[in-house]
Amino acid sequence: MSQPDTDAVTGTDTTGHEWDGIKELNNPLPRWWLWCLYLTIIWGVGYSIAYPAWPMISGATKGVLGYSTRAEVAAEITRFNDQNAALKTALAEVDLTTLAQNPDLQRFAVANGAAVFRTNCSQCHGSGAAGSKGYPNLQDDDWLWGGEIDQIAHTVRHGIRNETDLDAHYSQMPAFGELLEEGEIKDTAQYVLSLSGQDHDAEAAARGTVIFEEQCSACHGDAGLGDIEQGAPNLADAIWLYGGDIAAIEETITNARFGVMPAWGERLSQSDVNAVAAYVHGLGGGE
Amino acid sequence: MLNYGKLIVLAIVMVTAAMGANWARDIAYQVHAIIIMGVAAFMFIWVLRRTDEPEPVIDASGYLDGVVRAGVIATGFWGCVGFLVGVVIAFQLAFPSLNLEWAQPYANFGRLRPLHTSAVIFAFGGNALIMSSFYIVQRTCGARLWGGNLSWFVFWGYNLFIVLAATGYLLGATQSKEYAEPEWYVDIWLTIVWVAFLVVYLGTIFTRREKHIYVANWFLLSFIVTIAMLHVVNNLSIPVSFWGSKSVQVFAGVQDAMTQWWYGHNAVGFFLTSGFLGMMYYFVPKQAGRPVYSYKLSIIHFWALTFLYIWAGPHHLHYTALPDWASTLGMVFSIILWMPSWGGMINGLMTLQGAWDKLRTDPIIRMMVVSLAFYGMSTFEGPMMSIRAVNSLSHYTDWTIGHVHSGALGWNGMITFGALYFLTPRLWGREAMYSISAINWHFWLATIGIVLYAASMWVTGIMEGLMWREVDAQGFLVNSFADTVSAKFPMYVVRGLGGVLYLAGGLIMAWNMFMTIRGGKTVEVKVNPNATPAE
Repeated sequence: MSQPDTDAVTGTDTTGHEWDGIKELNNPLPRWWLWCLYLTIIWGVGYSIAYPAWPMISGATKGVLGYSTRAEVAAEITRFNDQNAALKTALAEVDLTTLAQNPDLQRFAVANGAAVFRTNCSQCHGSGAAGSKGYPNLQDDDWLWGGEIDQIAHTVRHGIRNETDLDAHYSQMPAFGELLEEGEIKDTAQYVLSLSGQDHDAEAAARGTVIFEEQCSACHGDAGLGDIEQGAPNLADAIWLYGGDIAAIEETITNARFGVMPAWGERLSQSDVNAVAAYVHGLGGGE
Repeated sequence: MLNYGKLIVLAIVMVTAAMGANWARDIAYQVHAIIIMGVAAFMFIWVLRRTDEPEPVIDASGYLDGVVRAGVIATGFWGCVGFLVGVVIAFQLAFPSLNLEWAQPYANFGRLRPLHTSAVIFAFGGNALIMSSFYIVQRTCGARLWGGNLSWFVFWGYNLFIVLAATGYLLGATQSKEYAEPEWYVDIWLTIVWVAFLVVYLGTIFTRREKHIYVANWFLLSFIVTIAMLHVVNNLSIPVSFWGSKSVQVFAGVQDAMTQWWYGHNAVGFFLTSGFLGMMYYFVPKQAGRPVYSYKLSIIHFWALTFLYIWAGPHHLHYTALPDWASTLGMVFSIILWMPSWGGMINGLMTLQGAWDKLRTDPIIRMMVVSLAFYGMSTFEGPMMSIRAVNSLSHYTDWTIGHVHSGALGWNGMITFGALYFLTPRLWGREAMYSISAINWHFWLATIGIVLYAASMWVTGIMEGLMWREVDAQGFLVNSFADTVSAKFPMYVVRGLGGVLYLAGGLIMAWNMFMTIRGGKTVEVKVNPNATPAE
């Protein structure tokens, strides 16, 4: 061990320790550093007196400010609930077909419904409600189960083809792969292409006409315009839930489709269901 | 005689692993059993070939540097692996289709993410800490590593732990605790290795020839001891079956969450802060050729840091089921921790007093200075984010990811690069690294990479925090979650590019190390002959 000496560069004494050539200067603690440390300690003591902090034998100190994170959240929720109470009650009880006659309530319903939609519906239908494969676009005027505001509310409340709500919309397309020959399915698919004016094999489509009339028209209608009573899609327009190219149509005919939507009435309040119906109705395609 | 004991143990391990491979209840356990069987078989043959042969004469007058050399190579290797996986998952977040169909479920984001965090923290950081603590403790104690080949057991045992952990993640074995994902048998193995690490370290300190224990060793010892405690307590669990990887935690609910974040925060505190401060306290004064700025500061900030860090964990659980009192205490201790953390930065930066001119000429010093700057920045940012009101904005957002990376890429990464550039030429008998300009390139690529990373995560983190909490005048949410995700896309691309730059720097370093090592030869360094034995 060497003796304390003076560092030539800074003129500061060393401690006299040396390890593998490393020495230590005997500088004091930087004043600003020490004072900042004291300040944070003093602040810490004060803060832990003001707020709940110290565990005791039964429970912890509550803090002189009486602060609680749960109470803070509860107060915020209560504030908005109180502010919106009258409108919420009115919205829960309103006859939706008359909503448009009450602009204040309608504005509130659409704002409320947008928030409900973003939280609960956007996962499938997209945050802009434009849908995706298997999940309908809610911005157009093509409705599987009806686009009037009370029809929309019914769909939201009870859902589609779920097993939890007896009032859910229900219909089931047969998987024609088990009923028809492959050639018949191909012919039918060509006919379906022709319904929406797409390029098709006219000969095959002519053969498909017969099969369509026998097998499909009961639900989709003679002209393929669909039927909202049965949730049967319109096949004559350019809107396709599962794709409108020949491969997708053949797959749909062969295996059928079975889209499910939960019954939101089980999870959302009456006013939230009405609100989201008003929001979806107002997206552009409402009838 | 000892060899016969080893052979019996290895044979038992082999047979048990074979049974495990046969009766395994899940694929991860089966693959691990096969790996362990293979390692035990290899060791068995290795020991057998040396049994009843004349003992090779070991010259114990020099430092035991072979294990440090192995550690240097492992650090460089795992660093590049960890950075690469990080870049991959960064782009998976920006472009979800990179969760390639054919590679499912092994290479989805959920499994690669713990692979990345463990590869950089435990494989890269852990190997860096083990090899540099083995180097530092010998140099500053004037003593050869204690325990003979035990240090080699620590090195290989630790790297086996990493292989088991990494393959386990890909095959779906995880106990779902952040930074403590490995399952029970991997945890038990790490415990054994870690105790051996502690024994080697303490043995060397006890046989030192310097009277005083250098500050770097205080930090490294506190890192080893505390990590052992944290690891054991947080991984207390009961295996569902001896032949399967799944286990059940002994703590439940909020107690489990609190234990996890007591562990998680102190993994940051004692692994990534104390351990790396130990590295800093040796390599910065050595590289600068200057004395440490203040002995007093090093004592005070060491004890303050060690005492305070252990209480700070609850700040990870603000606004959860954790009671308010615990959350307040976590926040208060985090804020008092600010100055003790900065003590290390001050001592590191002020050590450069009289050597600041080297910043112009020495890219290694420049790396160390940038490392200390990021250390100071993230140890200010951390206490700030622990404040409840700030946390209510920042928590669960990318701000946290940015904070972690300015610490990990800036502080831990840069100081480790500095240490690797310091050690490689010395351990392989070269004057300097093969290419100094390559170090310069590494420095700039890494620094720009960190800036891109941290800045993009600040922007996107604060943006999504504000978007999540945005309500209109009537209290209704304004944004859907998907809106916040799509809004982050450009920042995710910038972050990925930052990662690419950082990875490029790492690859340049690996090349530079390879070229340095290839042209060099290992040199035996005699234990410091001037030192006097401890009294």
